Amino acid sequence: MHTIQSNELLSPTVGKMVVDAPYVAEHRKAGQFIILRIDEYGERVPLTIADADRGAGTITLYYQIVGTSTHKLSQLKKGDSLKDVAGPLGHPTEIKKYGTAVCVGGGIGIAPLYPIVGALKEAGNRVVVIIGARNRDLLILEKELGVLATEIVVCTDDGSHGKKGFVTDALKEVAGREKVDLVVAIGPVPMMKAVSELTRGMAIRTMVSLNSIMVDGTGMCGGCRVSVGGEKKFTCVDGPEFDGHQVDFAELMERLGAYRSEEKLSYDAHRHKCKLDGVLNDGR
Amino acid sequence: MPEQPAAERVQNFSEVPYGFSDDTAMAEAGRCLQCKKPTCMDGCPVGIDIPGFIKEIRDGNFLSAIEVIKQTNSLPAVCGRVCPQESQCEELCVLGKKFEPVAIGSLERFAADYERTREQLPLPARAPQTGKRVAIIGSGPAGLTAAGELNRLGHAVTVFEALHSPGGVLGYGIPEFRLPKEIVHYEIEALRRAGVEIVMNRVIGISETVDDLFDQGYDAIFLGTGAGLPMFLNIPGENLQGVYSANEYLTRSNLMKAYRFPEYDTPIIRADRVAVFGGGNVAMDSARTARRLGGKEVHLIYRRSRDEMPARKEEIHHADEEGVIFDILSNPLRFLGDDKGRVRGVECLKMKLGAPDDSGRRRPVPVEGSEFVVDIDVAIIAIGNAPNPILQKTTAGLKTGRHGTVEADGATQKTSKRGVFAGGDIVSGAATVIEAMGAGRRAAAAIDEYLKTGAW
Ligand SMILES: Cc1cc2nc3c(=O)[nH]c(=O)nc-3n(C[C@H](O)[C@H](O)[C@H](O)COP(=O)(O)OP(=O)(O)OC[C@H]3O[C@@H](n4cnc5c(N)ncnc54)[C@H](O)[C@@H]3O)c2cc1C
Ligand code: SF4
Ligand code: FES
Repeated sequence: MHTIQSNELLSPTVGKMVVDAPYVAEHRKAGQFIILRIDEYGERVPLTIADADRGAGTITLYYQIVGTSTHKLSQLKKGDSLKDVAGPLGHPTEIKKYGTAVCVGGGIGIAPLYPIVGALKEAGNRVVVIIGARNRDLLILEKELGVLATEIVVCTDDGSHGKKGFVTDALKEVAGREKVDLVVAIGPVPMMKAVSELTRGMAIRTMVSLNSIMVDGTGMCGGCRVSVGGEKKFTCVDGPEFDGHQVDFAELMERLGAYRSEEKLSYDAHRHKCKLDGVLNDGR
Repeated sequence: MPEQPAAERVQNFSEVPYGFSDDTAMAEAGRCLQCKKPTCMDGCPVGIDIPGFIKEIRDGNFLSAIEVIKQTNSLPAVCGRVCPQESQCEELCVLGKKFEPVAIGSLERFAADYERTREQLPLPARAPQTGKRVAIIGSGPAGLTAAGELNRLGHAVTVFEALHSPGGVLGYGIPEFRLPKEIVHYEIEALRRAGVEIVMNRVIGISETVDDLFDQGYDAIFLGTGAGLPMFLNIPGENLQGVYSANEYLTRSNLMKAYRFPEYDTPIIRADRVAVFGGGNVAMDSARTARRLGGKEVHLIYRRSRDEMPARKEEIHHADEEGVIFDILSNPLRFLGDDKGRVRGVECLKMKLGAPDDSGRRRPVPVEGSEFVVDIDVAIIAIGNAPNPILQKTTAGLKTGRHGTVEADGATQKTSKRGVFAGGDIVSGAATVIEAMGAGRRAAAAIDEYLKTGAW
C-alpha cells in the first residue's frame, strides 16, 4: 500500500500526485518510470517519475486525465492509497556532458523532462528548455524548470502564455543561433515526430521518450513494441528513450489507438457509476 | 472425469472438469494394483509415492493421501490439473498396457482439493532458524518450491517478484478454466503463513543486481525467472493493432481479468474472427480463451500436422470440442491491415510434410502457389517463449547458454557464479510446471548443503 501525501489538479485535466514509494524514491534515476495499480480492478498504468524525495520516501507523478484510470487517480485524496507501485522501470537517461542540450517538452511530457533537465545540468551541460502546450492551463512545471534551466522558452499554440507558436519554431530559433549537441524531446507523438524531423536535417542527436501502451513493463508481453531502425524494440525494457531519428512514429501513433473503443466504453461506464455514487452520497 | 459440456463452457471461464466425488475417487483408487515395483513413479519428475497416496484414497483416508503427496510435491492442486500425466506417470502405469491407466492426476487433484476445501493439514514443522538468508528471484513454480523447502529447513527466505501478483505462469499464463486462480492464491497464502516473505513489484536487475542482494546480506540466491520473453513470427504487419503475443493476450485476460472488462479496467479486443499461431499448450490456451471472449471463428494455424502438435492431447481435444478450427500445415506469410492500422487478415501458405528434421518430426515444406487469406480481427502469436534477458545481462559472472538460458548443474542447479543457483524455465527453456518444481527442490537441497558447509 502506498499512501498518497497530496493530490491536486493543476488544471481541469492535469493532476500532480505525491505518493509514498520509498524503494522507488531511493533507486530511481532520471528517465525511469513506475507502473501503478490503483486498486484490485485497476489497470497497470505506467507514469514517469517526475521527482522524488529520498528523505520523505515519496515520488511525484503528473498525469493527464484521459480515461478511466487517470480519472480515478484524480479522485483520490491525501491519505488514500495506491495498491501497487512497481519500479523503477526502464533504462535511465544517458547522462553525461554533451555541451549544449535543448530539452523540449510538450503538455504532460514536460513532467518526465524535469528530472532529465536537472541531471543534464548537474553533469555540466548548458541546458535550454523549451516547453509548450495548447494553452496556458496545460503548461506545468514552468517555474521549477525556470530555476533549473540555463534558459527557458515557453510557448502556447494559442498565445495565451509565452510565445505564440509551436515548440519546433522555438527549437529552430535556438539551433539557428548556437551549436546544439543534444535534443531531448518528450511529449505528444506528433510533437516528437516534428522535432525529430527538424533535427534530422540539422544532424543533431535527438532522444525521445515513448509512451507506448504497456501491461507488465518487464519485457514479458511485447505489447509495448515499437519499430526503431526497422527492428522490434520493447519500450519498457529497451527504452523508454530511443533515437528519435529511428522511431516509426506513424506506427506508434496507430498502436496508441488500439483500445479507443474499449476505452470509451470503460470511461462511460465509470462516469455513469460516478454519477450514481454522487446521487447516493447526496442522498445520505 | 465429468466435465462442463463444451457448448456451455465456451460461455464462461469456470473450470472445465468437475473433479471426482468421494465415491468415484475411492473406486478409481481401487483399480490400482499397488505394484511392488511401481513403474508409474519412474515417470514422476518429483518421485511422488504414487501407490502410497492412492492406497490412502482407496481406504478413505483422504487427508493421509495428501500428506503422502506433500512429502515431495508442494503444489499438488496445481499439478493434478496441469501436469502432462499422459506422458509421465500415467503413460508408465502397468494397467495402461491393456486398459485405461489409473487416473493418477485426477486422484492427485482430488486429494489436494479435499485438503483445501474440507479438512486442512497442519502447517509443516519448521526446523530451527539457521540465521541464513536466501533470496529467490521469481515466484513461479520453481521459485515457490525452492522457497517452501528452504523455509521448512529453517532459512529466512525472501521471494522477489516483478509483477503485482505471485505465481509466475500459474497466475498470468494458464487460464482460469484450467487452473482457478483461487488455488494458486491458496498455495501462496500457505507459504506466507509458513514464514516465506514475498516482495512484489520488484524487478531484480534494473534497480538492484544480484550482487547488490549479496551485499545486503543474502547468503545464497536462486534464479527462477522463467522463460517470459515472447517470440514473434517476424513477418510483415506484425505490429498492426490486434496482433498480440500469447503472453500479452493471456496476461490481459488472466492476470488483469480483462475477461471481466469493464468491471475490471484492463481492456482486451473481443473479436469475432481470431487466428492463433502455434501448436503447443500456450496456443490451445489462447484459442480457448478467444472462444470464451466471444470469438465465433477461432483458427489455430500450425505449420505441421495435428500429430506433431506439442500440446497435451487433452488440451487439443478440449480445443476441438470447443469449436476451434484447426488450419494445419499452414504457414503465415504476412498480416494485412486496414487504413487505420488494424489487422484484418493473414496471408498463409499451405505446407506438406517432408523428411524428418533434427527433432525427429517431419519437416514442413511449402506448397508452391498455395497462398490463401484468412480474414481476422485479432491475431495471437503463440510460437514460444525464451528466457527474459534482464538478469543474464546484469549479473556479472553468470554463464549463459545458446538460447539465452542460464547454465546450471543438473543435480545441484549451481550456476557458474558462487552462491547463485538457477532452475525452471530460465535453465531449461520453456518446459513444464513439474520440471520447474523438481529443479526448485534440487536447488533447495543444494542450497541447504552450501549454507551448512560453505563448500562450492
Ligand atoms: C500459457 C501457458 C500454459 C502452460 N501450460 C502448462 C501446462 O498445462 N502444464 C505444464 O506443466 N506446464 C505448462 N506451461 C509451462 C509452465 O507454466 C512453465 O514451465 C513453468 O511455469 C515454469 O516455471 P518457472 O518457475 O521456471 O517460471 P515462471 O512460471 O515463468 O515464473 C517466473 C516468475 O519470475 C518473475 N520474474 C521474471 N524476471 C524477474 C526479475 N528480473 N525479477 C523478479 N521477478 C522476475 C516473473 O514475473 C514470473 O512471475 C505453460 C506455460 C504457459 C505460458
Ligand atoms: S503403475 Fe499403475 S497400477 Fe501400478 S502402482 Fe502405479 S498407478 Fe498403481
Ligand atoms: S509492457 Fe510488456 S513487454 Fe513492455
